[in-house]
Amino acid sequence: MALTPAITDLEQLKSHPAVARLLEWNTAAVQSAKYDRDELTIWVDKHLIRDACAILRDNPACPFDYLCDVTAVDWFPSQPRFEVVYHLLSLSKKERVRLKARLDDEGPVLESVTSVWPAANYFEREVFDLFGIRFTGHPRLERLLMPDDWEGHPLRKDYPVEGYR
Amino acid sequence: MTQYPTSPVLEPVAGQEKTLVLNMGPQHPSTHGVLRLVLEIDGETVVRVMPEIGFLHTGIEKTCEAKFYQQVVPLTDRIDYLCPMTNNLTYCLAVEKLLGLEIPPRAQWMRVLMNELTRINSHLVWLGTHAMDLGAMTVFLYCFREREDVLRLFEMVSGQRMMTSYFRIGGLALDPPLGFFKKVKAFADRFLGNVDEYEGLLTGNPIFLMRVKGVAHLSKEDAIALGATGPTLRGSGVDIDLRRDAPYSSYEKFKFKVPVSNGGDVWARYVCRVQELRESIGIVQQALAGMPEGSTKADAPKVVLPDREKMKTQMEALIYHFKIITEGFTVPAGEVYQAVESPRGEMGYYIVSDGTAKPYRVHMRSPSFANMQVLAKMCEGRLIADVIAAIGSIDVVVGDIDR
Repeated sequence: MALTPAITDLEQLKSHPAVARLLEWNTAAVQSAKYDRDELTIWVDKHLIRDACAILRDNPACPFDYLCDVTAVDWFPSQPRFEVVYHLLSLSKKERVRLKARLDDEGPVLESVTSVWPAANYFEREVFDLFGIRFTGHPRLERLLMPDDWEGHPLRKDYPVEGYR
Repeated sequence: MTQYPTSPVLEPVAGQEKTLVLNMGPQHPSTHGVLRLVLEIDGETVVRVMPEIGFLHTGIEKTCEAKFYQQVVPLTDRIDYLCPMTNNLTYCLAVEKLLGLEIPPRAQWMRVLMNELTRINSHLVWLGTHAMDLGAMTVFLYCFREREDVLRLFEMVSGQRMMTSYFRIGGLALDPPLGFFKKVKAFADRFLGNVDEYEGLLTGNPIFLMRVKGVAHLSKEDAIALGATGPTLRGSGVDIDLRRDAPYSSYEKFKFKVPVSNGGDVWARYVCRVQELRESIGIVQQALAGMPEGSTKADAPKVVLPDREKMKTQMEALIYHFKIITEGFTVPAGEVYQAVESPRGEMGYYIVSDGTAKPYRVHMRSPSFANMQVLAKMCEGRLIADVIAAIGSIDVVVGDIDR
């Protein structure tokens, strides 16, 4: 099982139902895509993420009706700093896809997908709590794991891990 | 948390509000650890449920970023302490996928065997505590009696009863000791009779049936939309099991059925899990029957620690051992999401590597965390006693909803 080079050519990845559906809907939504280690990643424009999720959920050929996970990665100090990662699963076709949205350092805000999947509620609260990324349209965006009066967002790379708070 | 007072407050009766805010937990015996449920009740009827999680915050994901890849394995035991092997397996599979590492068949089959024993172990704790929450003490004692047998098997292979850390990146820590398979076989042969015993105590018991049938209903659409997973999802009629649908560790070579129930209530989830106990024993027996011979470690000297014997005779083995312990091993840059069917549902690890010896980001997608969101849907409009049944039926492990 040696590693094969990643495929980053959008033309070659069109056979995947998620890429095909997103391109058919709005070519501007897909920034780039990558097929690596049997997993497909699509970078979606951050302003279109909620709509892209709704489109994929209702995709007739392959409905990605189940939201596995929402999380984020902090690429401090490079810019754009944050990537919010969505893992979707199609329960009927057993396909998986990973969506990503890139966000800048200055007041990272993204549209919430709780209106598409209510399951995003806790996941987005966790991302808000630990990374400080805000989600507009979230029903109750509060800290989930840390106390309410906690300062800072612990999973950011520039969060101090030693010394007194 | 500031939104709700920590002690019950009775609202003035004069007119508008007649509901009461009541805290269940964080130390209620039925909340299985430190889970706090804020219930808004009207008489005995639950109007709203607000789970407050985070009382057990350990910062496990942050800790992972500071460790070498192989040092994360013991941490994964701690996240869901009732199925340590499943978590070990998910993490190891994810790193192996990042490395492009191939695992020898014996290690794969041992992983399946241990994984199914872990499922039995976890379901026994669930069955015992769930039954005890509903008032059946005997089942609890019986389940823990059998669980002890499984824990002894764990101790045999890994030296530990609960925090096993038995799987390694690239295979297993050790080959199982002599007599291990014989003991597993003896356990597997008598265990089906034990399951009959539990069912004899519960399945036809009128008190149990009245507490579970039609209680905490969750429809198929709600279960999918709210992200329920594992037996909670299958109990609502969604036929998905990652062991069959996205096989890993040579699960495709095993024959088993996936129990699905359309009821969507506590009873349906109970039936699913009890059936899974029987299926797991079937898988254990198949694994015992077809266990391949050979090595339990991949041929990757830069990743897998050498055998103790080799270190005494070969200089290279000693050097690799020293290098792995002190410097770790580098993993090619990239990212993977590896999901495994844990006793509670889809356990996923999302690992980002930047090409160094430490993971850049480890995210754990845990099933209890996802299942917590359906609790409110299940309980609202029902009685307080049904909340206890509902918590038991989604099989919460609080370590699993923590990050």
